[in-house]
Amino acid sequence: MYAVYILTAILLVLSLLANREKTVRALRIALGRFMKIAPAFIVMLVLVAVALYLLPEQVLLRTLAPENRWVAMGAALGIGSISVMPGFIAFPLCGVLLERGALYMVLSAFSMTLMMVGVVTFPVEKKYLGGRLSLVRNVAGLLVALAVALVTGLVFGELL
Amino acid sequence: MNALRQHMWAIGLGTLFAIFVLVSLAVGFAPGEEIGGHFMSFFIQMLKILPCVFVIIGLFEVWVKTETVERHMGHGSGLRSYVWAFLLAGGTVGGLHVGLPVADALYRKRARLGVVIAFLSFAGISRIPMTLFEASFLGWRFTAVRFAVSLPLVLVTSAAIGRWFERSGYELPDPEGERRAKGDRRDSEQGRHVRQEGRSR
Repeated sequence: MYAVYILTAILLVLSLLANREKTVRALRIALGRFMKIAPAFIVMLVLVAVALYLLPEQVLLRTLAPENRWVAMGAALGIGSISVMPGFIAFPLCGVLLERGALYMVLSAFSMTLMMVGVVTFPVEKKYLGGRLSLVRNVAGLLVALAVALVTGLVFGELL
Repeated sequence: MNALRQHMWAIGLGTLFAIFVLVSLAVGFAPGEEIGGHFMSFFIQMLKILPCVFVIIGLFEVWVKTETVERHMGHGSGLRSYVWAFLLAGGTVGGLHVGLPVADALYRKRARLGVVIAFLSFAGISRIPMTLFEASFLGWRFTAVRFAVSLPLVLVTSAAIGRWFERSGYELPDPEGERRAKGDRRDSEQGRHVRQEGRSR
């Protein structure tokens, strides 16, 4: 995180030294773009907050542990698509799930959809990409996630 | 006024949500308090990262030439453009909420649609810090399988989607609400600056 601050500061100082006018213009662009997209971010945050409430970690632990592997797989694809969490929370959670007997392919489905498919980020994505393209991109992401999960299942001997 | 109407939905939802959380806090409604807490923690996370992202995008906008991006990531730049998208994505932090503004900045500089979409997906699957986390909790075999399968698939689907949408004349919407002239993606911001520069000289 500090690396990002340091990088931004360095770039900003270099830019200021090189050309003051251009730098002011850059900051104006930054502020303008940020303010225009901010409302979509607020909508997204509301959705994230509600999703996190509806899907706490205990629910994940219960749902993704294997009773029926295909049910777990479907749940993983669904929950991964809906919820949003940073990698430093998601992967330790996957580690816990693994210890409790979750299958690799289920964890693969969960982590891939987490990364590739965003239901709650859709309001922001729609602003940038348009609804149709956002939809197509997310469906493609879901299919890629499914393919990765199936291959993972094959490699780890969970499918056959 | 126009901007206000455009964001009516977001403002309305935000206001309702704020009332809901405040009332929950006042009467001690536990689910409402918890949802409010989640909102604040994510809100603070966003505030920590997004200003940097947008400042870097602003600097990118004024310093990097459109021709440079177009040459490396635009039409006719071949497979190499996807390598650029991959490397660029590997260095990003955060999720889609960081990737999207960056993708938009690339598109404005005439990167082609398939490369922009690939960048977004790569930003999901190939961030370096995240990959290290994954491997340490799930093992390198897991990570290797994921990369081996997802990279080519993402590449092929992104290129296909990009080509499909570009062929039908699709243009990304302008989240800033500025009209881009058809066939010319240089945004009005840039046009305005050129004009300003002309005046100042």
